[in-house]
Amino acid sequence: MAEKVLMKGNEAIAEAAIIAGCRHYFGYPITPQTEIAAYMAKRMPKIGGTFLQAESEIAAINMVYGVSAAGKRVMTSSSSPGISLKSEGISYLAGADLPSVVVNCQRGGPGLGGIQPSQSDYFQATRGGGHGDYHMIVLAPASVQEMAQLTIRGFELADEYRMTSMILADGTIGQMMEPVSFDFEIKEAPEKPWATTGTQMKREHNVVNSLYLVPDVLEAKNFERYEKYAMICEKEALAEEYMLEDAEIVVAAFGIAARVAKNAVNAARAEGIKAGLIRPITLWPFPEKTFKKALGTAKQFISVELSMGQMIEDVRLATGCAVPVTLCKRAGGMIPSPEQVYNSIREAAGKAGE
Amino acid sequence: MNYKRITLLCGHYGSGKTNLAVNMAINIAKDHEKVVIADLDIVNPYFRTVDSADDLREAGVKLVVSSYANSNVDIPALPQEMYSLVDDRSLTCIVDVGGDDRGAYALGRISGAIREENDYDMFLVVNRYRPLTPDAQSTLEIMHEIETAASLPFTGIINNSNLAAETDAETVLSSMAYASLVSRLSGLPLVMTSVEEKVARLLEGKIDDLFPMHLQKRPV
Repeated sequence: MAEKVLMKGNEAIAEAAIIAGCRHYFGYPITPQTEIAAYMAKRMPKIGGTFLQAESEIAAINMVYGVSAAGKRVMTSSSSPGISLKSEGISYLAGADLPSVVVNCQRGGPGLGGIQPSQSDYFQATRGGGHGDYHMIVLAPASVQEMAQLTIRGFELADEYRMTSMILADGTIGQMMEPVSFDFEIKEAPEKPWATTGTQMKREHNVVNSLYLVPDVLEAKNFERYEKYAMICEKEALAEEYMLEDAEIVVAAFGIAARVAKNAVNAARAEGIKAGLIRPITLWPFPEKTFKKALGTAKQFISVELSMGQMIEDVRLATGCAVPVTLCKRAGGMIPSPEQVYNSIREAAGKAGE
Repeated sequence: MNYKRITLLCGHYGSGKTNLAVNMAINIAKDHEKVVIADLDIVNPYFRTVDSADDLREAGVKLVVSSYANSNVDIPALPQEMYSLVDDRSLTCIVDVGGDDRGAYALGRISGAIREENDYDMFLVVNRYRPLTPDAQSTLEIMHEIETAASLPFTGIINNSNLAAETDAETVLSSMAYASLVSRLSGLPLVMTSVEEKVARLLEGKIDDLFPMHLQKRPV
């Protein structure tokens, strides 16, 4: 597919997974991500893959565990309430050091909430969701093209670090249509000598498990895993920097909020306000260095979120609260307008009411 | 073009039916009384005809839509007024049907009455830049699935090939061979090529039966 095609964000994720060599998808329908399952249902049988609509989200994530243990690339997807159900399985995947890709096309919550877009699963994605000491690599696409690109990257990172990569999208990016190019260089999946593929009587058998009977062995495993996490924080943090060089008002926003925020930054610049944008592309690891660098000129940070304020905590941690960090928000499925963000920037610049 | 009393727009998911339906309805309302646009989409949760409610009201087009469209009520609801489309023959109707065969099932309830009155067109809206309909063969596959679900035969093809904001004259021109092939293989006429108005201006004289469209506003 060298030519561009017009796709929904959800479809782009599905096609990208197939291009990345994923031949196993398990899921359970939920708005606003159902197109991923629908696309897989149509495509997988034609390319010798497996699409299975599981009996529940919990079943689907445990099928992911099984395929991953067998050394194959595998994906599941859901939206907020379904991710809560999958969280136990995600913790088990982390405890067994299994690679997987999990898509969360977020909708408003808590509870059943609604079907409109949201970013209120930031804490769940970056702080756990499931139990135990673990992290996922969390990637936040802001366009349909990035839905494809970050899905492929998600598979690579998952295999490299034997972790779950979460694509943290939202209903709008999942549903919107934009042209996409699939002109990607695809890295082959690495060898997986740990996979349970049968010994052929030539090696000791492999065990994939998250249960540890001896506490100090489990502690050592946790220590080892956190050394890996520290290395990932060092190497893999990623952010887009926009007009940061001299920015006094720095807007922080990811995904759909960043698209709105960019318009607002442009409007503020046109008025002579030195505004800039940091768009974290990895939410875990959080791009702390980019924020520290921005402190050179920043007088205030504004976190723009489709939630009651979750990423704002990471902005405060990354900047050590050296300057004020304020919040510009909508919640429950609503999206901030460019005007709302623009007004927050003007207020920060001391121009409110002018 | 001469519109029949009922115009049904069906096609692959994401082929651009809603935007086309809104433009057609506004266009027809220029010289017709009692124009109705009916949103029978039971597939798509976002980006619905109600996004254009203001434009439609201004043009004098009545919008028949489930009161749950664009809300959090996640059920495949149909508007209770959908029967007026077949019961009240003084109306001129544009019907935006949901994508693929799943969307077309919604038509099954009124397709008998439509067939009996026999004053309708059912157009297959095609976009060759959609990943699952890149060629005539795959488009015809979906076409037959829709016909079966709707239990109505198509009467024409509308070429709506586009790449959203990146559509240029070349995008449309290089879709014409595909659209003609769909038309030839299906035995149905290519009734129009619908194009965003700025791009349409560049194509005047190059493509027959151009239908310039004003694009619906997007929230982001």
